[in-house]
Amino acid sequence: MANNFDVIVLGGGPAGYVCAIRSAQLGLKTAVVERDKLGGVCVNVGCIPSKALLHSAYVANLVKHDARTLGINVADVSLDFGAAIKHSRVVSDQNSKGVAFLMKKHDVTVVAGVGQLLPDKKVRVGSDTYTAKKAVVVATGSRVKGLPEIGLEINKTTVISTDEALFLGRAPESVAIVGAGAVGMEFADIFNAFGSRVTLIEVLPRILPLEDEECSAALARVYKKRKIDILAGAIIKHVTVTDSKVVLDVALGGKDQTLEVEQVLMAAGRGLNVQNIGLEDVGVELAETGFVAVDANLQTTASGYYCIGDIAGPPMLAHKGSREGIFVAEHIAGMKPHPIKYDNIPSVTYCHPEVASIGLSEEQCKEKKLDYVVGKFPLMANGRARASRETDGFVKILRDAKYSEILGAHIVASHASELIHELAVARENENTVEEVDLTVHAHPTLSEAVAEAALDSLGRVIHS
Amino acid sequence: MATKVYMEALSPTMEEGRIVKWLKQEEESVMDGDVLAEVETDKAIMELQARGEGMLRKVLASEGDTVEVGTVIGVIAAADEDIGEILATVGATGRERAADTADATDRAPAGPETTEPAVTAPSGPAPASPLPSGRLKSSPLARRLAKERQIDLRAIQGTGPGGRVVKRDVESAVPGPRHVPPMAVAAHEDVPLSQIRKTIANRLSQSIGPVPHFFLTSEIDMERTAEAREALNSVPDAPRVSYNDIIIKVVAQALRQHPECNAWWQDDYIRYFNDVHISVAVSVPEGLITPVLRNAHLKSLREIAAEGRELAQRARERKLRPEEYTGGTFSISNLGMFDIDQFTAVINPPEAGILAVGSIADRPVVADGAMTVRKRLRVTMSCDHRVIDGATGARFLQTVKRMLENPLAIVW
Repeated sequence: MANNFDVIVLGGGPAGYVCAIRSAQLGLKTAVVERDKLGGVCVNVGCIPSKALLHSAYVANLVKHDARTLGINVADVSLDFGAAIKHSRVVSDQNSKGVAFLMKKHDVTVVAGVGQLLPDKKVRVGSDTYTAKKAVVVATGSRVKGLPEIGLEINKTTVISTDEALFLGRAPESVAIVGAGAVGMEFADIFNAFGSRVTLIEVLPRILPLEDEECSAALARVYKKRKIDILAGAIIKHVTVTDSKVVLDVALGGKDQTLEVEQVLMAAGRGLNVQNIGLEDVGVELAETGFVAVDANLQTTASGYYCIGDIAGPPMLAHKGSREGIFVAEHIAGMKPHPIKYDNIPSVTYCHPEVASIGLSEEQCKEKKLDYVVGKFPLMANGRARASRETDGFVKILRDAKYSEILGAHIVASHASELIHELAVARENENTVEEVDLTVHAHPTLSEAVAEAALDSLGRVIHS
Repeated sequence: MATKVYMEALSPTMEEGRIVKWLKQEEESVMDGDVLAEVETDKAIMELQARGEGMLRKVLASEGDTVEVGTVIGVIAAADEDIGEILATVGATGRERAADTADATDRAPAGPETTEPAVTAPSGPAPASPLPSGRLKSSPLARRLAKERQIDLRAIQGTGPGGRVVKRDVESAVPGPRHVPPMAVAAHEDVPLSQIRKTIANRLSQSIGPVPHFFLTSEIDMERTAEAREALNSVPDAPRVSYNDIIIKVVAQALRQHPECNAWWQDDYIRYFNDVHISVAVSVPEGLITPVLRNAHLKSLREIAAEGRELAQRARERKLRPEEYTGGTFSISNLGMFDIDQFTAVINPPEAGILAVGSIADRPVVADGAMTVRKRLRVTMSCDHRVIDGATGARFLQTVKRMLENPLAIVW
């Protein structure tokens, strides 16, 4: 029977396709149902193309601001946003094709179309019905959303989401970005580098509100220097949307101001793809939070139906979804996978400098009344950072006062996304700051700042 | 796979054990959990269980031998398995050659080392697997926690990758023998030491020794207690109630009214208990053991009488389990049956008090201006001055006296 599988995965994003590969590796006959392109939001309209654009933005800033100092004279610098977009599309397509190749390589059947869950572990796609012997894994992910309640419904012209921003032919003259989380911060960086007048609007009192307060402050300083306007703690009171512009009335600290921009980019949260896929027909219930209710093994309330990725709960991150995909595949195969440590998932914002963190912020340590010690090392004191003129930022480690457990780590640095993993590995293995210090770090590297921050928390910092 | 049989710590304070009897002989087949031998600990004769199955291939300690905890005393293996290598590493003494003597905080101990006796958790379920003889996998954080809490990592089943012992395993483990097991720990409140308490503790310890005792004696009229006891014992078919049972009950009640005397000295804080677990000193041929009457404040006299008798009986037979003689919050020692008028007892740390009970004797007393003869009892309370001050102990003793002189107070 061609339509019979062991495992059927609904959604070919980073959670779903990884789950499919791992299932196939474990000898399970697997199918993935994908309505659009393999790789999902991440590969096609998310993580990957935005990283390509951020690299363009980085090089633009490098050439504009640093080239001369570095001994490179570049005459008549001009920027071409369209070309940058084109590069990002090439990268996305390569990645999506790469996923298709991986599906073929692992003998995973890809069913193109919209999947609908049916009882008895069946999935309907178009007029065909597919049956899973062992399990159906739901990994339908999330999508962009506007804020219609304040007049900011996405109209794809003047009020846009990242789905549109990633395909623009030119950077807008002026843009207001609503939401200063990772997505908002990254697009502020991109548009700013390509000459847009950027205003970041955040309702919470600071940008990157979920990160450690010192990280928010460091990025606010850098962005202000780059002339990005930051309106944090701002409430959008009134919006007028026309064909060519958007006028926003914003209240900030008791004062009202009016902002006229060519485009508004919505970057305040994402909507979960839990409608119209038949969840209720098979008895999969949602939790009060709106996410699908799952147990510790990511099983839903319906036997034989699992849920992974964005719709299974926060954090809504590709790497979290991928790990859940592996976990569920192993669980279905009868293995006893290692439980996922949800408190040890790195969080990264890829703006310049990057912000990466793991574990608790200092504010959370205070809230939990933990007895902690802060170790901090500024990149200004790091030779490698000075050599590449990337001295904005620091490494901050919060350790338990008594046992030296690494409670949290926060990095603002040009390559924070890469630096954080040393501390992620340390935490995963319950290494303390002392093991981080005892590990010899190559010189000169940015990673030395990690070791120095560990040392600083022990009161023994060398280079600061 | 071959399993080494270790001398395990079968009591919280056991450092060595004497093999009383091997219940399995060489070449006899063994199931996991079978009793291999009877071992005399410092407290009792305990059963040593097999932690592997196969055949008891080799016995390395003879009956009557006394060996340190952690010593290999036998090998269990399949009938055809080569155990030559194990025997070679164990050597003639049963002490394994330590492969790695690095500080335990820096590296996982490689095999059971000789530097510290291997001690298993004294209560709760026995370790699910034999004490690992190879490299012990544990996280640095788990090692720190275990060291701090004096838990032997080898006694813990790791739940990390490949059985690695991680933080949560140590946190959920039963603390080691030098700490009293949590199963035996009553509900309590830990109170940090005030400066004045620290000063009192330091100065008194310097003066008199590690536990600065002082003593309070009180003479108690026992006429009404005697009447009450007689009345209770005239009920047919009920267990007989001894004076000691009544004293236990009264002390428990009084401790509830004076929780400041129901406490443990913990070096950097004082642990005040909500529940009362009375350690009752019982003399046994080799010395003394203190079975614990748990939650004595909640038990009826009848229950205390029955349970106390049963515990004492098993104490004399040396059949108490470790959790039955640890975790007391206050002690009572009664030498009345030896016609001792009064005496002072030595505190059983970390408890802060012990009541020494003498004999009840007819003594002349002056009451209402006339000399009469009444049943009188002298009790002496030893107090750890770091925890209990003179007036605090006196108030507690006053309550004990009033209750014994008016035993209906028990049912208040």
